[in-house]
Amino acid sequence: MSGVVIYYSKSLCTKNQECGILFVRDLKSPALIPTQGKPILQGRPNWHLCRLFSAMTQVVPPILSVTPSRALVDEKFKVLVENLPPGYPVTVRSLHNSEDKHDWEAYGHYVSDHSGVVSVSEDLSYGGTYTGKEPMGLLWSMRPVPGSRPGLRLRKMNVCTPMLVTISVHSGHEGFRDQAPLASVLTERWYMAPGIQRITINEQGVQGTLFIPPGPGPFPGLLDMWGGGGGLLEYRAALLASHGYVSLALDYLGFDQESENLELKYFETAFNIIKDHPQVMSDRVGIFGLSLGSLVAVTLAAYSTIIKPCCIVCISSNHYYPAQGSTVASRFEGVTRQLYKARVNEDNQVIWKGVGLEFITDPSNIAEVGRINCPTLLVNGCDDQNWPTVETAEDVARLMREAGKEHLLSRLAYPDTGHLIEPPFSPHFRATTFVIHSSKEKVLLLWGGKTKPHSDAQEDSWRKILSFLQFHLYCGPCLKAKI
Amino acid sequence: MDRKQYCVKLSVQPSRGLMDEKFIVLVQNALPGSQLTIRALHQCEDGHSWEAFGHYTADTTGTINVSEDPSIGGTYSGVEQMGLLWSFRPIPGSKSGLRMRKKNIQTPMEVTISVYQGHQTEGFADLVPLSGVAVERWYMAPGVRRIPVTEGGLTAALFLPSGPGPFPGLLDLWGGGGQLVEYRAALLASHGFASMAIDYLTAKITMETGKMVDNQYFETAYRVLQQHPQVCGSKIAMIGLSFGTSITLKMAVYSEVIKLSAAVCISGSHVQPVDGSVEEILRFFQKNGEKTRFSEKNEVIWRDLLLPIPTDPSLKVNVGRLQCPLLLVVGEDDQNWPSQESALDIKEMMARAGNSHLLTVLSYPNAGHLIEPPYTPHARSSTLKTVEIEEKVMCLWGGQTVEHSRAQEDAWKKMVVFLKENLYGGRNPTSFSHL
Repeated sequence: MSGVVIYYSKSLCTKNQECGILFVRDLKSPALIPTQGKPILQGRPNWHLCRLFSAMTQVVPPILSVTPSRALVDEKFKVLVENLPPGYPVTVRSLHNSEDKHDWEAYGHYVSDHSGVVSVSEDLSYGGTYTGKEPMGLLWSMRPVPGSRPGLRLRKMNVCTPMLVTISVHSGHEGFRDQAPLASVLTERWYMAPGIQRITINEQGVQGTLFIPPGPGPFPGLLDMWGGGGGLLEYRAALLASHGYVSLALDYLGFDQESENLELKYFETAFNIIKDHPQVMSDRVGIFGLSLGSLVAVTLAAYSTIIKPCCIVCISSNHYYPAQGSTVASRFEGVTRQLYKARVNEDNQVIWKGVGLEFITDPSNIAEVGRINCPTLLVNGCDDQNWPTVETAEDVARLMREAGKEHLLSRLAYPDTGHLIEPPFSPHFRATTFVIHSSKEKVLLLWGGKTKPHSDAQEDSWRKILSFLQFHLYCGPCLKAKI
Repeated sequence: MDRKQYCVKLSVQPSRGLMDEKFIVLVQNALPGSQLTIRALHQCEDGHSWEAFGHYTADTTGTINVSEDPSIGGTYSGVEQMGLLWSFRPIPGSKSGLRMRKKNIQTPMEVTISVYQGHQTEGFADLVPLSGVAVERWYMAPGVRRIPVTEGGLTAALFLPSGPGPFPGLLDLWGGGGQLVEYRAALLASHGFASMAIDYLTAKITMETGKMVDNQYFETAYRVLQQHPQVCGSKIAMIGLSFGTSITLKMAVYSEVIKLSAAVCISGSHVQPVDGSVEEILRFFQKNGEKTRFSEKNEVIWRDLLLPIPTDPSLKVNVGRLQCPLLLVVGEDDQNWPSQESALDIKEMMARAGNSHLLTVLSYPNAGHLIEPPYTPHARSSTLKTVEIEEKVMCLWGGQTVEHSRAQEDAWKKMVVFLKENLYGGRNPTSFSHL
């Protein structure tokens, strides 16, 4: 039922009397712009927008609350709807407009109980982008709204501001989008806790961003690296700082021509920048890497004679390290040149896993992980279609066992989980557009994973990663074998 | 130096909370059995520093959980989850008579919480903490909008909850100190009420013309609120503290324009010349000025100005004619207004008139006059400049800190439930298809 706003002369309306004209809202407009009683028709200074007493205006909407309304991205929230009619079908929906202006949404279908309450943490969703009892489903099951272009990925670039999510409640299940929401609230999701300092690093040739927790310190440190997509992604480092680690998000691929020649030296210098920082405990610095970043972590731990990480975390493990080549890029060139062989599925998604598998079967192409002397945590998805990470983990375990270092290794492997194991409640991306660093070619890369198990893996692995880091960097004795 | 010292981990969850939300303060990785002090520090807008601290002993796992473990000394003791906020007091050396009130509610209150070795009671500025975190406490939830209101000569601020609405409305009045006090209205908007904080003693129009506002001022505020497209015009309540209670009761009973769905009156009285304007009511109080007493610390006690409760009906709002639910909040140690005696008289008047089913009284032993939102530090006395007297006086509000803080927490919770029930509840529609 859409309608129109009717204006009338102020003189017709005396105080407290019904004016007899029905006020109807235009339901198609998502938000009302308050007039604050000011005249809104030009040239008619006595005309005011006025609301009337009618049965309609006596009904108040449901009460929607999200607690806490401001939280870190890895904290849970409780979404509660109250004051609904009993047994009433509603859809609870989340909406986020990303920094690159795409709309992402998630929604669940619910029915209120006898007291008119829907509790997303307690009740079951009957359908939508998630089903069942899923307190955080409104975040992890987000996907681009219908009509968006394919291959999108959601990543926060500016970590100084929160991710804004609007949670709303709508009448009904099918066709819930056809009406304006009954209620909506805004919630903030932060990567940075209050008091964290963010410092741009550009020294000794190293580029990145350093995050320092509030307080006197000293703190343990972490070198944080993403993968082959290049660029400088700060969000995980910011989140790790929110958990008490001085974290350096490192830019190591593609910020200028020089990066083509990145040797181990670049990473050692970056590691030392953290280690030598006055607020860092110099013997408690670890390395955290995903994909290509995990390859860097492993090679630093195995080969560096300059730095000694206290522990390393490798998500979507990679140990491809042929003898030829001195830099990250040049060693990977062998693989890059063969990527044309990668299988492309019927959805036009490129699967690199097979190519990688061929390469790592040759033992001369593998890093000597038996030389690692620090606690190592490998986190992998069994449905990883981008790199043979599970096979890599098996291989690492075998080599470390042969070297008598098995006690240093912990492995987590999650079924139906893909390559991009992100912080908890991040949406799952099965395939996204990817720009190949060397050729600048755009492909639709298949990462793998099924949304629900992948999201469970993100939540579970993060908790275990934090626990691993806390044990080795905050309490346990350093450089000793104990997991 | 023991390496273990550096590994103490302090966390506060949530690190960004609303002013009435609880947090969990957790210390981990401390030496088991070690003595530690957890301290909160805040610098308020006028530059004064406030601190609160508790003395703890880490358990066998090296953990302290403030919501479960007892403090054995400091500015609070026992198991006090929020003691680090409500027991705030000015740091030693501060001038006396301070009161913590936030003026700019669009920014958060910033609190630093730190943990120190040993049981410390002073000299914190010279100590290096083992760990520290920053915590934000907000009066405004995300999406709440603040809209200044100046039409009709009003000096007010409207806080709208996020969402399409319509929302029930609330008129929010403070007391004799005047000014536009916004924080309670902002917090209530964060709970779903379109709340308008009103300055009615030092309004722009009063400062410019020298004349106090008349009763129409409040009716204008009501109309502006009622006419707002995002306000449910038939569900408006009024909340007043201290002198704000006088206005609330007067409007609730006598105004032909203002039709309230509920009223909340904190630390106030129904005693006033019944047909009086704001100015006349103030003059009535001044006439009884000689009943002012002083404590042994020379703090002003004004509770006797309205005592004894008159029997003359022209001197009391006729609460027997009240048609909406009324919640009275009373601190039994109120030294500024005779709120307890007034509450008793209101109860009797309503019983005689047959409308006492509308009345709920929350009466708190050892609570004082300033019953604020939860975890607001208790001020037993503070300097005050009212609109009636030119110079500042030290005013005795009353209350004992622990009981007063409990009263604030309990009264707020019950007040929000009361408002929700009367403004949101009642009729459960069978559908929303007409919205």
